[in-house]
Amino acid sequence: MARPFTPKVITANDLLEGDVIYFMSDDSWTRDLSQAELIVDEAEAQLRLLDAERQNIRIVGAYLADATAGEQGPEPVHFREDFRRKGPSNYSHGKQEAEAHV
Amino acid sequence: MLDALGEAGLHAIQTSGTTTRNTTADHFAGAAADELTDPRPYAELIRQWSTDHPEFQFLGRKFKIAVTGSPNDRAVTKAHDVGLRMVEQNGEIGFEVIVGGGLGRTPMVGKIIRDFLPQADLLPYLESVLSVYNVLGRRDNKYKARIKITVQENGIDKIRELVEARFEERRREFDGTDQALLAEIKTHFTPPALRSGATDAYQAAYNADPVFRAWADTNLAAHRDADHAIVTISIKSHGATPGDASAEQIRVMADLAEEFGYDELRISHQQNVIIPHVHKSDLPAIHARLKEHALATANIGLISDIIACPGMDYCALATARSIPVAQQIASRFDELKLEHDIGHLQIKISGCINACGHHHVAHIGILGLDRAGVENYQITLGGDATETAEIGKRTGPGFAYDEIVPAVERLVEAYLAIRSSDEETFLETYRRLGMEPFKSALYPEAQKKVA
Repeated sequence: MARPFTPKVITANDLLEGDVIYFMSDDSWTRDLSQAELIVDEAEAQLRLLDAERQNIRIVGAYLADATAGEQGPEPVHFREDFRRKGPSNYSHGKQEAEAHV
Repeated sequence: MLDALGEAGLHAIQTSGTTTRNTTADHFAGAAADELTDPRPYAELIRQWSTDHPEFQFLGRKFKIAVTGSPNDRAVTKAHDVGLRMVEQNGEIGFEVIVGGGLGRTPMVGKIIRDFLPQADLLPYLESVLSVYNVLGRRDNKYKARIKITVQENGIDKIRELVEARFEERRREFDGTDQALLAEIKTHFTPPALRSGATDAYQAAYNADPVFRAWADTNLAAHRDADHAIVTISIKSHGATPGDASAEQIRVMADLAEEFGYDELRISHQQNVIIPHVHKSDLPAIHARLKEHALATANIGLISDIIACPGMDYCALATARSIPVAQQIASRFDELKLEHDIGHLQIKISGCINACGHHHVAHIGILGLDRAGVENYQITLGGDATETAEIGKRTGPGFAYDEIVPAVERLVEAYLAIRSSDEETFLETYRRLGMEPFKSALYPEAQKKVA
């Protein structure tokens, strides 16, 4: 029997900046996981992934990542996605640095 | 980017694909006191021969060759598809040819296929090895396609027989052009005209300044010229990311190489920077400049000189983080102030089984895995990357992310308690006493249960 589908978000990297990005319901991208579109239907997930990949002039390496619904929006399931959300643990660069300067 | 690299004389040809990849050599090449001949002209000869070699563009898998110019292997030749180790026999210099080594998911130490190969026979012999591999190597399974599996499945004796038979044919096809080319290449590797002069300044600083002395003791290697030294600049400052230098630090090192190092600077596979030729009288000045830019860490070969792969913080293949583990180990032993007491001890960390961190050949190897959605670190002991190469053995169950540094600390404490003298290195103690004492230090609970 096929495994039951678990909710997903679409994540990728910004082609020029390299930052981890997430696909939103209006077909644009955010750097904040909690703003991402949480997809709960398997067929819908595949279609949305195609929508995301169509933007390959701006993004690279889109894939479906497990996520759960949290109070503030989608939360990561696997520790890989938790690290990707925060950025590298050895340096505060990219979005961590941007946040520090706010 | 490729354009900009091209302008600086760099390229990316055969850095990928099922071809002979870039040939590597010893990072002390042309400078080391123990060297028989400079291995770089041979590496360059192999590069020119293998670039666009029509027969070997579609091998079963990638193929890597390493050359070391001295009997002391610093190029990890036993973990390459073909390793060439310069040896001397009856006054003649030639190669010991090692085949079928490799790390990754199936780590193996290369086997000696030829004790002594005269240097003039290098290319025909390599061609024979590659040709045998090209025919016998498996193409049905990517994980079984490297020559290490071919050697294991067919046996080194059969491979040797086939290579020698092929060699008889190939040798006749070489008319000496390769040797003329080699002679030409050698002119591009003429050593710099080393200057002479008094080294009193070095001796004076060595006697007067304990910080300089500590640095000189760990970070200098013997140069073939007694008035010179090989400087290793540690890019492993305690608690920092192993192998990372800032743009400013890189400029400082380039300036130092220009000013004091005959314009030469190298990057080693151990993630450090080498200035291969430095007159000893310049060492105090170099050290002072390095100190200003946080580059004077005196830890080459010590416990904090860790090789770490980028790990999950950066790499899409990784199954666990490695850089933070390296940072924590280095910081911890710096706090303990035990580093110099512990002596020569290599820790290498990989964040997945592809082993970019060379953990298999570390005295203490750490492999980060994903066990049911949690980071888990396995420890291997007794690996060795030199001419006495060995693959480390797994100690047992892995450790969680917050348990790995204490586990390494227990290992090192055990070593300090059982070493026969201050001179006995970790690897020597392990070889003398085996896994047991280290296992009981790592897993105290398991021991209690047995008792």
